[in-house]
Formats: sequence, structure tokens, C-alpha cells
Amino acid sequence: MDFDLNDDQRLLKESVDRLILDQYQFQQRKGYMAQPGGFSAAMWDRFAEQGLLGLPFAEAHGGFGGGAIEQMIVAEAFGRGLVVEPYFATVVLSGSVLRRAAGQELLSALVPQIVAGKLKLAFAHVERHSRYDLANVATSAKADGTGYVLNGAKSVVLHGDAADKILVTARVSGGQMDRDGIGLFLVDANASGVARRGYPTQDGLRAAEVVLTNARADVVKLDALPSIAHAVDEVIAALCAEAVGVMQTMQDLTLDYLKTRKQFGRAIGSFQALQHRSVDMFVALEGARSMAMFAAVMAGEENPIERRKAISAAKVQIGRSGKSIGQESIQLHGGIGMTMEYAVGHYFKRMTMIDQLYGDADRHLTELAELGGLFGAAA
Amino acid sequence: MDLTFTDEELAFREEVRTFFRTAVPDSIRAKVAEGEGLTRDDMIQSQRTLNKHGYATPNWPVAWGGKAWTPVQVYLYQDEMQLANVPSPIPFNVSMVGPVIAQFASDEMKRRFLPATANADIFWCQGFSEPGSGSDLASLRTKAERKGDKYIVNGQKTWTTLGHFGEWIFCLVRTDPNAKQQEGISFLLIDMKTPGITVRPIVLIDGGREVNEVFFDNVEVPVENLVGQENKGWDYAKFLLGNERTGIARVGASKAKVARIKELASMELAGGRPLIQDPKFREKLAMVEVELKALEMTQLRVVADERKLEKGRQNPASSILKLKGSVIQQQLTDLVMEVVGPFAMPYQRDFDGNNEPVIGPDYATEAAPMYFNYRKVSIYGGSNEIQRNIIAKAILGL
Repeated sequence: MDFDLNDDQRLLKESVDRLILDQYQFQQRKGYMAQPGGFSAAMWDRFAEQGLLGLPFAEAHGGFGGGAIEQMIVAEAFGRGLVVEPYFATVVLSGSVLRRAAGQELLSALVPQIVAGKLKLAFAHVERHSRYDLANVATSAKADGTGYVLNGAKSVVLHGDAADKILVTARVSGGQMDRDGIGLFLVDANASGVARRGYPTQDGLRAAEVVLTNARADVVKLDALPSIAHAVDEVIAALCAEAVGVMQTMQDLTLDYLKTRKQFGRAIGSFQALQHRSVDMFVALEGARSMAMFAAVMAGEENPIERRKAISAAKVQIGRSGKSIGQESIQLHGGIGMTMEYAVGHYFKRMTMIDQLYGDADRHLTELAELGGLFGAAA
Repeated sequence: MDLTFTDEELAFREEVRTFFRTAVPDSIRAKVAEGEGLTRDDMIQSQRTLNKHGYATPNWPVAWGGKAWTPVQVYLYQDEMQLANVPSPIPFNVSMVGPVIAQFASDEMKRRFLPATANADIFWCQGFSEPGSGSDLASLRTKAERKGDKYIVNGQKTWTTLGHFGEWIFCLVRTDPNAKQQEGISFLLIDMKTPGITVRPIVLIDGGREVNEVFFDNVEVPVENLVGQENKGWDYAKFLLGNERTGIARVGASKAKVARIKELASMELAGGRPLIQDPKFREKLAMVEVELKALEMTQLRVVADERKLEKGRQNPASSILKLKGSVIQQQLTDLVMEVVGPFAMPYQRDFDGNNEPVIGPDYATEAAPMYFNYRKVSIYGGSNEIQRNIIAKAILGL
């Protein structure tokens, strides 16, 4: 039983920490966001050079064979930098869905392009009424010759505007809420019948509304829900780690501010009311860190119930810790925390949006309770 | 990162689990499970059972019955003990005075006290807090004046847990009134049969007697009962308070309580179906489970780090253990009360010794008293506000 990183993991951590420190200061990030598409193409190439784009893919497909711990290391560092490139959409999210659902042939075809920085992906599953339910799919897929034809509308497709290809869930059979009959398809983002409207998201990243009108698609997997569910659990584990990086930074910024901001002739951090609130932030952060580690360790668990319970528990903790640390960070900064030009608010916004992704704290608490909780006799 | 235990560790866990569930009487474990108070005999019997098998004082030096276990073994021992509802070894003996004597006392004093302390042949209690010295312990005023080969002790201690069971009391006393507060304090062992000592109960809000006031009126204590050096008592007290590390989180005990709540909530009906199926109730419970899992993981991080950090240093996360562990224990007592509903109402403490049947289910009688009683866990051992002061200063640098 240990929480140590092995030598390779330590090297990875040093290199991504260094990258974020050197290239992702708050002002630099502003510059990246101002570039066409809302992120830095040069930074994307840099990720490719450092091998980060191939991190989670098997070596057999041209990747670097990293697991959940490696993803945790990168996600936490990217959380500290508030990385705006479509890394999460392409590598973490679509990467996980591909690894879980795609066959060898497709992986061998796509992964080398991803690794080289030549292919960006998005994963389109949210619909107007689906909320967080991956099984709630109205978009339809009909077999047509060698491929399929998709019809429907997908919302809040993360970095959907930057994507070259889009992974899409669509219903092959059954009713809108059935768990069976959901397929995973791959469409060319620029194909006819694929209409995209890109927009910024609250956290400084991008997303798109994607409308599919008789869009031609290749099937990745029929009956894909179990694979997608496992992929999303892995994605949540990575999001938890990213959130820890975000929360850690909010705490660091806040503590710095409390030690330097003077009112009534003394540093405001000398006031006990603020000290105790800072301690509560620290406690919330350590709880989140512990649960992010738990999620990383459990992300590969094959038993879907045990995995889901752990992932849900982690997402609950992250959501609650993130909300309290985020709100307290703004409050303890006072007015300066409210301004767009100061960093802390941007971390607060990313943290807030992480809770809105793949089930908020309440949604996961409900799910965990339905599954019987974590300890002792199941109900 | 690897959260699995080695084969040796798993075998160790199996060994202590079997021991706790077979050697310690079921009647005692059942009381712990339901939160009933233990008698003095229960505590002594349990302690002696542990001691006979070498499980009473694993934290002591090996020469005095300690085990030199790895941090993981200590963790597994505590976890399994709490999961089995085995009473912790008498804390005043095993976690508090024993290690202080083993570390700072003369060899003669060690021989005189340590074996008897391990076997609960002496039942110890603690004389630290005073009416005017709670969170600000160093302001204590009970004084011990040297007269020949005796100290004359005068003053008052309070919140003395199980003082009515105590045969000996270890006290912080002021031996130099002119020195700086922390530098005029000594650590003195006092036989409670000495003339001039009066023990008076303080009844707590649950109706139970567990704490006391202890008065000292010209109590004569032989100078050989001084531990270590005169006026160094504050150092020994800090050592004592710093000793309790991971066990304080009570993660195992809380896991056992969660399992018990699930059992009880499956038996209690609400609207014709088991309460455990009520979405609101089970979400509340699940929320505490998440917090408990986070605490368990935090504790494991601290345990894993203990191997690597030099002695006396610890992972900053350890400071959270008491803060979170206490609140989780309190939340669980609240949930037990919610489970039993109206049967939390009857006050059945004074029924002791009468033969009337219990009102409501057996498991309901302690629900409210335990809820009331457990408000203490965020107050004793340095209140949670004092813990926050410490974390703010020592870890956050505020």
C-alpha cells in the first residue's frame, strides 16, 4: 500500500509541471485564448512533442500506454494551468471512448494521427433532454449501404468546433430511454449533413451545437453503452484530478492574498474568522485529493457497480469541495476576486463547470445511494 | 500508487480480525456496537484479554510489551479492532501515561508501573484540564510544593474521564509559579487513595456519568512519583498529546456504525417500506459515507507517509483526521436517532436495575443519549476550533 509515483510517473510529472510553469502563466493563457479557435496551435504541437497526446493509448496503436495514474498526473497539472487546448475533448474524453469502444483496426488508423497532433476529436452525446443520462438518446442511426445515416441534434459538444472527427452516440433500435440499442459512430466533422455552431463556454474553453441531417457515419460499435459508461467513469476520474489542480491553485492564491493584503493595519490572514475559513478550504481540498486518488485507482475496475460507486463518491466529494473552495476563494479575496483580470475567478469558473460535467454532486449522490453506498451491508 | 496490501499484511489482518472476533466476549462487543456504556469490569476484562495475547500495548517500546509494527500494521490493528466493536485499550493507560513513563521515567518507575498499566491492574485517569484552563491548558494553577521528600498538592482538576474508576491519576501541576507558564509545570503520578482527594461526578447531558471533578486538598505525594525532571511536564504533555495519530479518526468505528445503520434502517419501516429505501434518508447516509471514504483515504495517505518521514514529522493531512473524524462520528449518531424515530424519546437511563421491559426496540434506547453524548468529540482533546488555529498557523502559515 503506497501512494508513491514510480520513476516514469515522476518524470512525467516533472515534465508537465515544468510545461505549465513555463508556458501557462495566467497572462500567457490569455494570449492563447485570443488566438483563432480559442487556443494555441503551437501549444498543441508542444503537447505532441512531449508525447502527451498519445498518453492514454496502447503502445500497439502508437500511443504511450499510460493508465489512470498517468492521466491523473497530467490532469492535475492542466488544472493548475487552466489549459484551454482541446486536450480534454480529444485525448481524455474521446480517447477513453475510443479505447473502450473501438476495434483494433480503427485504433491503429486514428491513434497515430492523434499522437502526431493531426487529428482532433470530440464526443457528442448530450441532447436537449438527456441531462447526464448516457442512455437517453433520441438521435437515430439507420443502416445505409456500407455505413449509417445519422439524424438528430447534439448539444454542448466539448471542443466540437475544433474537431476533425466527432464520435456520436445514436440510437439503432429501441425507445429514447432504452439502455440497449445505442451505437457509437464516427462522423467527419466537415461532411455534408453535419452542421456545427461553435461558442465559448463559461470556463474559457469551447463547445459546439451539432446538428446531424442525414449525416453519413461509420459505426464504431453497436450496443456501445457499457463501453461508453466505462469510458465516462475514467473521464470522471481525470476530471477529479483536474479539479484538484484547480482547487489547489485557488487555495494557493487565496493564502497568498491573505498574507499580503493589509487592512486595519495588519495582514487580513491574521484574523481568526478568515483563518478558520481557510482551514475549512484546506480540509475540503485534502478530502478532494484523497477521493481523486481513489477514483484513479478504481477507474480501471472491471466490475461496473464497484467502479461506479467509487467514481460517484469521488465526483460527489469533488463537486462539494470545489463549490465551497471556489466560493470561499472569491469571498476571501473580496472585490478583486470578482474581476475578470484577476486569476482566481477563472479557476472558480472552471471548477464550477467541472461539477456540471458528467453528473453533478447531487446526481452522483443519488446514484451512489441507489447502489447501496460504500460500506457494510448493502440495502 | 497501489492501494492493495501485501500478503503478509493480509495475513496479519486475518490474524487480528480472528483474534478480536473470538477472544473478546460478544457481550462486551455488543455493548460497543449499540453505544451502551461499558462497566469498569468490562474495560478491565477486555484490556486483560488483549494484554494476554500481546495486543494491548503495540505502541509501546518493545522492551515493555510493544510490537514495533509498521504503520500499516498499526492501521490494520486499529481498523479491525474498531470494525469488531472491540473497546480500545484504556486510553489513559495505553495511549497516554504508558508512553510517557516508557519515554521519560526512571527504570525503577518503569518497572513499577508499566506492566501493571498494560494489564489494567492500575486504572489510570487524566488530571490535565482545570476549571480555568481548558483550551488554554498551560494556564493551569493546581500547585505542587516541595516539602522534604513530598509534594503537597492543592487545586482542582476537571473533565476527568472515568475518574470514578481511576486508581491513579497522572497530573500536570505547577511546581514553579515564577517561571514562564509552560516552564513551571511538572508531570506527577498520584495514588487516588491518598487522603485529601475528592472525586465528584459531573453528569453530562445524556444523563451518564463519565467525567468528574477531582479536588486536591493538601495531598501528600512522594517525590519519587515525579516523572522525569521537575518543570519539564509540559514537554511530556506535548509528547503525550502528539502520540495519538491515526487512531483518532475512528474510521473503523464509523464504518462499523454505517453498517449497523444500514441494518437498522432495513428493519425500521417508513410508509410501509424499509427506511433504507427512502431516497432522502439513504442520500444523507451516502453523503456521510463519501466523507468517511475520503477520511479513510486521507488516513491511508498519512499511514503510507509515516514510513518515509523522519520520526516526529507527519503528513500535513494528518491534522485533518481529528477534525473530520469527530464530525463524521457525530453525523452518524444523528442518523441513528433518525432511524429510530419516536423511540428516541423515552429516557431509559434510570431504568437500570429494574425489570420492566424496554420501551421500543433495544437498539433505540441509546440513540438519543449517544447523539447528545457525542457532541463531546469535537470538544475534547483540543476542540475543533483549536485544531483550526493549529492548522492555520502550522500548515497554512497564517
